Amino acid sequence: MATGYRPVTDARQRQMLHPQVQGWWLALDCGFAPVADVFEECLYEALTTFTKPQMEAWIEAARFIGKLGRGPEPLLAFLEEWPSVVAAAGGDQESLLPPVMSAIRAMQKSPNSKAITPFLQTLAAVARRLPSADQLRAYIDIALDLMARTSGSIHGHHTTFPSPGLPEFFRQAPRLLGLLATAGLRNWTEYGIRNYARHPERQEEYFRLESADSRAVLQRERHGTLFADVERQLELTLRALWRDSDLLVPYSTAFDELRQPMPYYDKLGMRVPDVFDDAHGHNGIVSGIDRYRAVLAHMVGHRRWSTPQIADNWSPFQRMAVEFFEDCRVETLLIREFPGLRRIFLTLHPKPLADACDPETTSCLRHRLAMLSRAFLDPGHGYADPVLLEFERSFRELLAAGESGTGEIATLALSYVARTRRQSDQFAKVHFDATVVDYRDDNRQLWKFIEQGDEEAAFDEARRREPVEAQQGLPPRHYPEWDYQSQTYRPDWVSLYEALHPSGNAADIDRLLAKHAALAKRLKRLLDLLKPQEKVRIRYQEEGSDLDLDIAIGSLIDFKSGVTPDSRINMSHRTDGRDINVLLLLDLSESLNQKVAGSGNTSGQTILELSQEAVSLLAWAIDCLGDSCAIAGFHSNTRHDVRYQHIKGFSERWDDTVKARLAAMEAGWSTRMGAALRHAGHYLAARPADKKILLLLTDGEPADIDVDEPGHLRADARKAVEELAAKGVTTFCLSLDLRADDYVRDIFGKRWRVLDRIERLPETLPSLYMELTR
Amino acid sequence: MSNKEQFLVKAEPYYQAQGREVALFEAAYHARLPVMLKGPTGCGKSRFVEYMAWKLGKPLITVACNEDMTASDLVGRYLLDANGTRWLDGPLTTAARMGAVCYLDEIVEARQDTTVVIHPLTDHRRVLPLDKKGELIEAHPDFQLVISYNPGYQSLMKDLKQSTKQRFTAFDFDYPEAALETQIVATETGLEPVTAGKLVKIAQTARNLKGHGLDEGISTRLVVYAATLIRRGVAPRDACRMAMVRPITDDADIRATLDHAIDATFDATPA
Repeated sequence: MATGYRPVTDARQRQMLHPQVQGWWLALDCGFAPVADVFEECLYEALTTFTKPQMEAWIEAARFIGKLGRGPEPLLAFLEEWPSVVAAAGGDQESLLPPVMSAIRAMQKSPNSKAITPFLQTLAAVARRLPSADQLRAYIDIALDLMARTSGSIHGHHTTFPSPGLPEFFRQAPRLLGLLATAGLRNWTEYGIRNYARHPERQEEYFRLESADSRAVLQRERHGTLFADVERQLELTLRALWRDSDLLVPYSTAFDELRQPMPYYDKLGMRVPDVFDDAHGHNGIVSGIDRYRAVLAHMVGHRRWSTPQIADNWSPFQRMAVEFFEDCRVETLLIREFPGLRRIFLTLHPKPLADACDPETTSCLRHRLAMLSRAFLDPGHGYADPVLLEFERSFRELLAAGESGTGEIATLALSYVARTRRQSDQFAKVHFDATVVDYRDDNRQLWKFIEQGDEEAAFDEARRREPVEAQQGLPPRHYPEWDYQSQTYRPDWVSLYEALHPSGNAADIDRLLAKHAALAKRLKRLLDLLKPQEKVRIRYQEEGSDLDLDIAIGSLIDFKSGVTPDSRINMSHRTDGRDINVLLLLDLSESLNQKVAGSGNTSGQTILELSQEAVSLLAWAIDCLGDSCAIAGFHSNTRHDVRYQHIKGFSERWDDTVKARLAAMEAGWSTRMGAALRHAGHYLAARPADKKILLLLTDGEPADIDVDEPGHLRADARKAVEELAAKGVTTFCLSLDLRADDYVRDIFGKRWRVLDRIERLPETLPSLYMELTR
Repeated sequence: MSNKEQFLVKAEPYYQAQGREVALFEAAYHARLPVMLKGPTGCGKSRFVEYMAWKLGKPLITVACNEDMTASDLVGRYLLDANGTRWLDGPLTTAARMGAVCYLDEIVEARQDTTVVIHPLTDHRRVLPLDKKGELIEAHPDFQLVISYNPGYQSLMKDLKQSTKQRFTAFDFDYPEAALETQIVATETGLEPVTAGKLVKIAQTARNLKGHGLDEGISTRLVVYAATLIRRGVAPRDACRMAMVRPITDDADIRATLDHAIDATFDATPA
């Protein structure tokens, strides 16, 4: 038959049009009909780029893939994608093919052969983002590592379960690599492997980019300038340069591929993207932070100089033109204020080629306006169109006189639309290339509509009132947790709920204090010694406020008798005040309910009761000394529920309300120390004191029921202590656990003490405090 | 006294009035009322006093107060001598005897007990008791006390007592408005006004940050420094960074913001 196309049951018998193609087809030795359908086209594409030996290697590899027994899909993907993969790497097939083939072999040998198809399907898209063979190899290494560590095994002998995350990883790879560099991808993958290796559903979710922490880690690892890193700088810029301030709200750019959101502002704040890469313009590079500044400056311009226009009677084209004109007007005024902004604006502003758009087939209005906008900002634009030049002149004349106004500029814009109107502007095919100015906002504030919509029957909107739920306590605070294996934080890992401790009977505490009256008396003597004495005399001063007569006379005697006198005859004063803030953090975990076993304890008290006595005495002592003191307790029930209970605040007096809360102390659940330390530290750090002390009273090491790895919470607690130290907060731990020596040093360094005889706690705690603050 | 000469202000200091402060100060001087100058650092308080002393033709004794300064540093003390002890007048005593304008700069820096020493000099008594020496000095008729302080300090500890504040008449100083400040910088350094205006503009961006990470904005004094460097041939950006940004902050974010303000003010591209 002349067409050369016959329906043959075995595709191997299929006749190709071209004899050369026929030769390759036979070499492929493939029986899949769908492959035969597209083979010819794939081959033509490949022939344009591949040399003869490359063709041979390619067909050989394809033949291997066709015989894996995974159906036609892997082969189809390989035949269709490979030529563009090689093209993306600059034609260097020799260094690309071996790692790809060995990855395929590795997947085939393990139970992960299902991942081969997604791997090959996304390979071309990945290759476009990783243009060198080295980078592609690094990508494959990451994938193989993921595979090896997430494939399940029974008794450690065979890998039997496929990796749940691997196919998802391949499917997401192009998008991931759009946002991450290979190092970031490695970290992101590493996090998923480490935290979800034993949790197939969660792992899949993670690699499908659906879980919250997956997105959070991705955000952290992104390349470019992250909003979170420069937020303060931007606020300062807004304030310093523009005397403006508003809430800056980032929107995500990572998950919205089709429609990229634009910056905008409304009464809730200024919305900016969460990350900006450096932009490479035609006359230089603009750093991410400068792009943010350009966005802010532009919005500030509108806030300062734009007035909303009634737009009911304007067509979308007219509105677009007014937007372009008004954008240029505010930018001109901005540049007038800060001339250095010109460089940033011009680098970011596209420079459309004069003949890039064909008005016969395409709607060119955007293109014309972008050129005009360029011309308005850039005196050296070099366009020759007479209408453009004419409007450029009128634009400059309008602004030469002063600031002009939105209304005036809108009139000019409308006359421009009328002058240059073309039939083709209505076409559906719109020329978008080099017309998007990405630092400009969406101008939603520029328009005012009198009518709600075009519909005549726009009745009053029915108002629905949402039932307001009563808030139960404070909303949770989220704290990160340190992962010592990866040396990174797990973002927002712990939810901490702070609440006022329930109250009991204050008289109980007074009774406890009365019981220890003798001890209190002894303490009182010590306290009086410690009490700050406002002025302390410093003697033997070369210069001072007063003459120290004794020494002066001695010196004079020396002087008269011809000996060199001591010239340090003055004295001065120094104020000696105590400026100490202490926060006492109590571990209220279940283990506190145990009875104290010590020999001296006959009353059968629990540790909790003893702590209660000790804390009461300490609080009383601190109150005597006049230091500021706060008391709080904590316990946890997994990372989702850490309770931080407020017993006494810094400004609260040591009175019955506080005593009542202390009397109601109860123990339960576990000890997740890090989050509680961080929360307590954030209160202390905000205090304006010279010395800030966090005194932790605990009876065991950090533990929680959702953590099976003993070292993890310990490392996190140590990290929290380091963080506090950096904030100027000294952490001291008093442990009631006799075996604490093993770990307490790890966490608290030198600042800890283990109490051997728990029954002496009420005595020890106040004296320890005095020792610490002497 | 022969050493009166050394305290006289010889040449006319450059001072650009912002308002009617010169006439008001003269009126206060003629009534011998004590004067308090309030305002941020480097806005021209000391220069104003110097100018007024010159204008009135009176000697000027300036004391820069610090936190270790005690009452005897102001009043005087006994020193050891070959024949025993010898009294040495402090600057305040000298001024009171000589009839000079005594200017206590940044008075809040001094300890509170120090500020009380000046009380008898500031009311109708106009005397200075030297309790250690057992002498009561009647202030010379020409004597006047001027103090300055900066209410911008965040610290609660550093404020004047009400009893001290209520003994003075006061002027509020602030950085001059842009055009005036430009003129001041240009006259003081000889820099051409366009560049001087840009320097002032940068200074104003920093002043907007006061209370948001900066305790004080860029003062006129620093602007003058920057202008001086530019006159010496330093590139404007470098001069601004060195004289106006680096001195006032160690905060990396603020530094970056002000550096951006400098870049935004000096346009590098050919227009």
